Amino acid sequence: MNPATLPPLVPALPELMLALGAMALLMFGVFRGPRFVHVISGLAIALLLLAAVMVVYLPGGTLTTFGGSFVVDDFARFMKVLALVGSAAAIALSTDYFDSLREQRFEYPILIVLSTIGMMMLISAADLIALYLGLETMSLVLYVLAAIHRTSVRSSEAGLKYFVLGALSSGMLLYGASLVYGFTGTVSFSGIARATAEQTSMGLLFGLVFLFAGFCFKVSAVPFHMWTPDVYEGAPTPVTAFFASAPKVAGIAMFIRGAIDAFPDIAPQWQQIVGFVAIASMLLGSFAAIGQRNFKRLMAYSSIGHMGFALIGLAAGTEEGVRGVLIYTAIYVAMTLGTFAVILSMRRKVGYVEDIGDLSGLARTHPALAFFLAVLLFSLAGIPPLAGFFAKFYVFLAAIKAGLYALAVIGVLASVVAAYYYLAIVKIMYFDEAGEGFEPMSAELKVVLGLAGLINLLFFVYPSPLLETATSAARSLF
Amino acid sequence: MSIAAAFFYLFAGVCVASAFMVIAARNPVHSVLFLILAFVNAAGLLLLLGAEFLAMILVVVYVGAVAVLFLFVVMMLDVDFAELKQGVLQFLPVGALVGIVFLVELLLVVGAWTFGPGVPRSIEAAIPPLETMTNTEALGLVLYTRYIYFFQAAGLVLLIAMIGAIVLTLQHRRGVKRQDVARQNARTPETAIEIRKVQPGQGI
Repeated sequence: MNPATLPPLVPALPELMLALGAMALLMFGVFRGPRFVHVISGLAIALLLLAAVMVVYLPGGTLTTFGGSFVVDDFARFMKVLALVGSAAAIALSTDYFDSLREQRFEYPILIVLSTIGMMMLISAADLIALYLGLETMSLVLYVLAAIHRTSVRSSEAGLKYFVLGALSSGMLLYGASLVYGFTGTVSFSGIARATAEQTSMGLLFGLVFLFAGFCFKVSAVPFHMWTPDVYEGAPTPVTAFFASAPKVAGIAMFIRGAIDAFPDIAPQWQQIVGFVAIASMLLGSFAAIGQRNFKRLMAYSSIGHMGFALIGLAAGTEEGVRGVLIYTAIYVAMTLGTFAVILSMRRKVGYVEDIGDLSGLARTHPALAFFLAVLLFSLAGIPPLAGFFAKFYVFLAAIKAGLYALAVIGVLASVVAAYYYLAIVKIMYFDEAGEGFEPMSAELKVVLGLAGLINLLFFVYPSPLLETATSAARSLF
Repeated sequence: MSIAAAFFYLFAGVCVASAFMVIAARNPVHSVLFLILAFVNAAGLLLLLGAEFLAMILVVVYVGAVAVLFLFVVMMLDVDFAELKQGVLQFLPVGALVGIVFLVELLLVVGAWTFGPGVPRSIEAAIPPLETMTNTEALGLVLYTRYIYFFQAAGLVLLIAMIGAIVLTLQHRRGVKRQDVARQNARTPETAIEIRKVQPGQGI
């Protein structure tokens, strides 16, 4: 490469735009102070949505740059748009919460934008160094956000716990990456794939296991899920909403690209691991959530379970399986953001409440809110004709076509168990004594909840856009 | 035994011994000083390998910045490290067992080490031969060209770390008198001094 020429920057234009925009917003915030928090939040949302539009309108096909370590294909486009929209919604969900606690921080939306750049780097990463750098860019922000309520002991505890365990998982991932590099002599995914096609060794499998341990931690799959309930419960609710949406998208994208691009020839080896992780996550997500009283903690177990369902598609290891994961992730983001919009509107005069019992009789005090939450919960449980049913349908279909009958059967059983606690909430809302009503919802919450509810409710009427983009995204990986 | 081998054993021996002393020393200040000794010896090992740039970076960054910061923190915080270390003996058997199991596994893995046919080629492409250029020069050639993405991404991570540290620790306290350089510079004798005529035998 000629040192004087810059690598082509077009594929990375959305990331560059976001990085420059975040820095400009930072300067604006520092010099104009906290009075403009709302302006900065609005600009950050606009920036993220603009980046999503740019991702869609990048030149078609597969673009690579920076010596092959940055790839934009249909898969990356799909996941990036999902992550960008999820982050924008997370910022929209946060403004009202921080206003009512008088804890407005102009850094909050900027940090989310910076984290989203990390997610996009992660989604596009085609070698181990780019993957690690993207992962750290994303995670470092998450640690800070978890602890952003400095005065709250629970928030600080959540941040510290997440930081320590996250550093441990990064260490494992790096150790695995070093083993993979040592046994293949290259960090690029295509190079690793070539080297493993020639020869596999025990050391490479060791590296693979450590690498996957790091991946599992980021998507909070069992047995690396321990941090999830505590962090979800301790972090401020809008931060939890963010944790449960966009970073999960990036984590799943990293998992898929890492597994399928780098290790296609030893697929039987990692399919076992992913299959085990999927089963364990589904079962734990279903059974451990039954006893939960705190809605945020329940959502933590719910997200563990949903990651298990999504990973079924990856365990199948086929194009159809990846398509199932993509559809699942997209619908999961819509369901989760909608549910968190409801949790964020559980505000009484005394402050925010988080217990499931506080929802009792919601159908009488706030019928519209109760209806949307019921739709989202039915969708989370996977009841037809809501979107959550189709999400599960496509991953189970892929598993059955790949011959993984046990996985599909356990998945269906786990989703039946999980339906119990989702329906229990519906029962509390519709049949229990009405409690004290909540304060009126803010406009942002209404928009996010309404969109998420309608997507879940009406997905079956017009599913083709999502199905078609997911199909072409999955095809670009194989 | 050649000179290089003698130095290798010297550096390696001192490095391991001082690393052990880091966790064994009773006084935390001594621990940090032993840590510095371990870093310097590790730098010596890198020099023997011909990686002089890494050796210097190790000394500058770890000894010059990190270890000295550690020293400040240890001296300023009143943490009773002796109390923290109380449980060490209790956990030693289990910890040692885990360590030994891990070591055996690693030896099994490394024992099975074989280079794939494609490996030597890709390694040769990564590093130019030492005779043609120093490794500082080699790093400089690729850092801003081939690896510009990684370099800039690392910069972004550092920016986030800085913002995060400020978000989590900066407190805006009211009623603190701050220095305003512009105002200080704008002061003239007319605004700063007031001259009054004092009559003899009277106060102001």
